[in-house]
Parts: sequence; C-alpha cells; structure tokens
Amino acid sequence: MLRNALASATRPALQARNATTLSAGFPKVTHRLPTKYGGVYTVTLIPGDGIGNEITDSVKEIFEHVNAPIEWEQYNVSGVSSAGEDLFKQAMESLRRNRVGLKGILFTPISQSGHISWNVAMRQQLDIYASVVLCKSLPGVPTRHNNVDFAIIRENTEGEYSGLEHQSYPGVVESLKVSTRAKAERISRFAFDFALKNGRKKVTCVHKANIMKLGDGLFLNTFRRVAEEYKSSGIEYNDMIVDNTSMQLVARPTQFDVMVMPNLYGAIVSNIGAALVGGPGIVPGCNVGSEYALFEPGCRHVAQDIMGTNKANPSAMILSATMMLRHLGLDNLANSIASATFDVINGGKVRTADMGGSATTSEFTSEVIKHIQ
Amino acid sequence: MFSSKSLTSAARGALRSQQSLRTYASAAPTAAFAGKKGANGKYAVTLIPGDGIGPEISQSVKDIYTAANVPIEWEEVDVTPILKGGKTVIPDAAITSVKKNTVALKGPLATPIGKGHVSLNLTLRRTFNLFANVRPCVSIQGFKTPYDDVNTVLIRENTEGEYSGIEHEVVDGVVQSIKLITWDASERVARYAFNYAQSTGRNRVTAVHKANIMKMSDGMFLSACRQVSKDFPGITYDEDLLDRVCLQVVQNPRPYSDRVMVMPNLYGDILSDMCAGLIGGLGLTPSGNIGRDASIFEAVHGSAPDIAGKGLANPTALLLSSLMMLRHMNLNDYAANIEKAALSTIAEGKSITGDLGGKASTKEYTNAIIEKLRK
Repeated sequence: MLRNALASATRPALQARNATTLSAGFPKVTHRLPTKYGGVYTVTLIPGDGIGNEITDSVKEIFEHVNAPIEWEQYNVSGVSSAGEDLFKQAMESLRRNRVGLKGILFTPISQSGHISWNVAMRQQLDIYASVVLCKSLPGVPTRHNNVDFAIIRENTEGEYSGLEHQSYPGVVESLKVSTRAKAERISRFAFDFALKNGRKKVTCVHKANIMKLGDGLFLNTFRRVAEEYKSSGIEYNDMIVDNTSMQLVARPTQFDVMVMPNLYGAIVSNIGAALVGGPGIVPGCNVGSEYALFEPGCRHVAQDIMGTNKANPSAMILSATMMLRHLGLDNLANSIASATFDVINGGKVRTADMGGSATTSEFTSEVIKHIQ
Repeated sequence: MFSSKSLTSAARGALRSQQSLRTYASAAPTAAFAGKKGANGKYAVTLIPGDGIGPEISQSVKDIYTAANVPIEWEEVDVTPILKGGKTVIPDAAITSVKKNTVALKGPLATPIGKGHVSLNLTLRRTFNLFANVRPCVSIQGFKTPYDDVNTVLIRENTEGEYSGIEHEVVDGVVQSIKLITWDASERVARYAFNYAQSTGRNRVTAVHKANIMKMSDGMFLSACRQVSKDFPGITYDEDLLDRVCLQVVQNPRPYSDRVMVMPNLYGDILSDMCAGLIGGLGLTPSGNIGRDASIFEAVHGSAPDIAGKGLANPTALLLSSLMMLRHMNLNDYAANIEKAALSTIAEGKSITGDLGGKASTKEYTNAIIEKLRK
C-alpha cells in the first residue's frame, strides 16, 4: 500500500522529460527559474576552504569587469571546525532562496567526532542529484595523454555516501550502500539527455555488478532499460566494470564519451579523468537537480597545501562559473569568458604552477580579463 | 535519530576501551613461509595450470625453472569445480595439495557462467583464508606506455568490505549493500603490509581510505593501521584520501615508488587495475594472494580462449607472479636471476610476444630467457 503510494508519488516527476527545452551545456531539469530582480540574478557564493577564496576572488573580479548581472550573496562557511554549522545553515537557506550557487570545496574532518561532509549534505538536502564533470585535453596543458574528451555523470545523493553506518559488535562495522531504482533511472536519463544535448555519441555505464549483484545490478539494469528508450536517438551505449574502466582510462582514454555511474565510482573516475587532462585546476563541474543548481570545480579538492600562496589555478572555478551563466541563460557572457580563459591557457604565456608555469592566480586572472572582448 | 547516534557513540567508546586491552592471536608475522624441503632437496609447490592459455604459459614457467635449477617440484592439480551437496567446491585432491604445500602457482581460470557457481577465485579465497592481495606494478623497459616511471606496491584487503556479498532489497527498487569492515581483518592486512614493507626495503606505508565520508568503517580500518604502525617504528606511516591517490598516481606515479599502499577491498581492486593500466595492462602484472593456510600466486589476466593452443600467449605475468612466490619462499637469488633474464629479454625486444609488439611465439620467448640464464 505504502509502497505503491510512494512509487506513484515519485515516478511522474522523474518521467517528466524536458530535455528538448535545454540550452547549452547540461540538461536543465530545474523547474522554477532562479530569482531575478531588476535584471540582476542573486547567486549564493560559498568560497569554501583551502584555495576557495583565491579562486572565487578571481571569478568575482572577472564578473565585475564584464559587468555580469550577478549579485553575490557570500557565505564564508568553513568545514575546518564544526563551529561553522550556523553559517552553513544560513548558506543553505540562501541557496534555497536563490536556487543557484557557486561554491568551492569545504573541508571534511576524518575523525569520527567531526561533522559529516557538508559538501555531501548540501547535495543530499538540495537533491542536486547529477554531478557533471567535463574532462577535456587542452593544447596549452601538456600531459601524458592527448585528445581526451569525456563527460562524467555521477549520481550524487545515495550509494556509499548514504552516511548510514553502525557497529553491530565491537570491531565489526557495517556501512550501508543504498541503491534505488528511481535514482538510477533519473541519473541514466540525465546522462542520455546530456549526450543528446551535447551531440555526444556514446554513454558508458560504470558499475561493479559482478560483485554487488543486487545494488549495482539494479543500477545497470535500470540503465539498460532507459537506454532502450533512447535507442531511436542513435546514441550508443555499453557498460564496463569499474576496475577495468580505471585501467582503460589510463591506457586508452579516448574510447570514452559520456560515462554514468554511482556515487563512489564517480569520485574515483573524476580524479583519474582530471589527472589525464592536467589536474583539478582546469576541470569544471556542476551539480544539478530539479530545483537547484550548484556549480563547483569538477574535481573536488580543498588543496590546503597551496592555500593562501596565490598559486592556485582558477580555471576550474572560472569555467564552472561560465556553466552557471549558461544555466541562467546568459550565454553570450559565458562564451566570452570561457573563450578568453581557453585562449590564455592555450596561449601558454601565462600559466599557473600546475600547468608548468610560474604565474600567480592574480596574474592569470588579469590575463583572462585582458583577453575578454 | 538522536537515540541511534548516542548508541553508536557509546559503542565506539566501548570499542576504544576494548582495543587497548585486547591483543590479537595474529601477532606473529603473518603468513610467513614455513615449508620444508622434501627428501629430494626440493620444495613441493602446487601448480594449477588453469584454462585457455594456462597450460602453455605454465609450461613456459616450468621450462624456465628447470633451466634455472630452482629447487621446486611441481605438483599439478586440477581445480575444475564440482558440485557437492549443492555447493560449488574445489576437488579434494587440489585442496589437500595446496594445504600440504602451503604455496601454489595458478594460471587464469575461466569462471563457468551459469547459476549455482560461485566464482572460483572467491572459492579459493575462502577455502584458504587468503586475506591479502599483493599487486606490485613496475614499468617494464622495452614496452612503451605514457608512463615509464611506475613502481608501486599495493596491498588489498581480500575478504570483506564491499565484497561481503551481503545485499538485500528492502522494498521494490531499494537495495542495501553492506560494506563490512572488521577490526581483525583490518589489523591482519595492515600487519602484513608493514611486514612486506620491512622485508622489501620500502620504508613507508600509506593507508588509502575514504574516512571523511565513511567515518566508522574506513575510520576503523585507519585506526587498525595506526595501531599496527606503532609496532614498526622504523617505517613511516601516513594516510591519504582515495581521491588524492587516484589523482596523484595518474599524474605522476614516481613519488609512490618509496612506499607500500594498503587499503580496503574495493579501493584495492580499482587502484590495482589502474596501476596495471599505467604499465600496459594485466599481461605484465604479477599478483600474490597471501593467506593464513596457504598463499596462491597467480596471473590476473583472462584465459584468452581466442589464442589458446596457438603458442602465442605471453607468459610474463605468470612468470613474474612465480618470482613473487620464490621471494615469499625466501629463494631470492633464484628470483633475481630469472627476473634479470626475463626483463632483459623484453628490453632487447628481439624475442617478444605479439601483445608486446613482437613476433615471437611463447616457445621462442621462453627459449630466449633460458638462453640468458645459461650465460
């Protein structure tokens, strides 16, 4: 009884496909438009820990230069101590109000007494279920691989990140990985919509269904069922076991196009992907749900080691911010900032340390501003 | 919600106090080889040739060992699973042989597809309590990949974690899979990792984890590692997030050549294959499964039915695995000799097999190695 009621309550919402109305970038699943007063959008800004302040400053500077119709509502939340919880809650309120946000990465303590990951809490509370990470080789960033160009679509709200753990007996801990058909279905649809929207040819499902026969089996079977529905669109699909995927990624990365996977594998694959194209400094990303969209660098590192040294590469944050502009329908602005950033990277004259140069974050930012036409 | 939280924290407290009191039976260096030579002056070792290309590459290893005068007598057994009382089991003869010899070398096995068969590897793992999987990856000179400076050692917990096999469908469309972490298994694999580090001259152990998200399960894995590290003052111990390790190994694997990485089951599975990808795939990577009752060294690649029987297979992975076995048996000089002969044969590139870009047959490659051993 209850089960049926629940199922019917959730399904129609998931089946509503609005892929055809999408603008550039990722499928826009947001139903309500973000708040806009007097032609200006209010956007929540959470710089985050580590290099967060430096790279969001860079975005703010660029937006100021181009006179972007964005008003920031900034919350300097920090995950370094649990004392920031009140501010974190305020930031969440702001996000719910504005429905669009830009954020850096919040630090998460490892100790058991520490608070849970606020990054994960945000994704779960706002139900921003799809993480999109774009890994593309850039001519200006020398790496060991060329012509890498794939998108990672990662389920963001369940799986190993359920946070459900208990100690059934001293020395015996169980950690629950929760997999649901409804969430597998919407992320699979998102992946195919993304492929359609961006002219991509193939969607690969990454899983470990040979071992987790029920959990990942559910994900894989749901993916296959959704794939059948998209057959007429001509998009190919296949699936690959996660250990083989990581081996293939470092050996022959060009075989991948769009990849869709449960939460934890996404963490692994996005880091391998970032490493293939030049590191977390140039990989943009976003988290999208049906109500909210939150933009953050695709490869989620706090980078405390170079914090405050003005050495961080702001490209990932700038490019994530341009994805945000596209989400708001400000495509022209997004394009001019993105192409200026790519011009600077590919020009190779002003490079931050991670790209093999010696420029500072601020030098890189002013160079991007110089290139904006 | 609140009551469950306070319960877990109480349980945690209980664990903490217990950990300081409890000592574990596994305090002896784990799974050290204790076999004795037979009457003929040789150690008996069980050989499981396997399916597909298995017999050919096993023959190659046997020929090389004969040429190198390794004091080993092979005891060949068949492990084709049989159904006994509705359960998949390994034939008794095979179990007895491995139990008696405590060391085995195994070629690739084709997992029979169909219901009722548990994967044979899993059965072997359970039968002999194979708790640690050791996966070294070293760049092979003469086989070019984008990475030429890989030298990693990864030790993976092999019995629990995400591979516990405990799963259930709570309601239609909602599945829970349980990742099981126990203190005993974590402590056991950590101890083996530190021992391995000590005996191979790597003076650093890095525990790879995701304890920021899975605070209790991975958290306990880490505290087991920390506790064991206190018994090894000469070895540096540190911890690193899975995300960072993936990123850094793929960007630049060189810094990882000074250490042994130890981690729970799933992370180990993924990272070990990723490292294998860096050096050119599973055809070049050895693997060892260390257990309480026996240790099995194996080639982790598939049985390649498409080239089986044609004499084209590359025996390198099985050969390198057998060298891990020799080192496990403290036959280090023999291992070093054969390793030198094999690696220099690949580096010269004259007699290498098709998968490495050469034209040689299994036999020609084997003979080239034997030729070098005789010099």
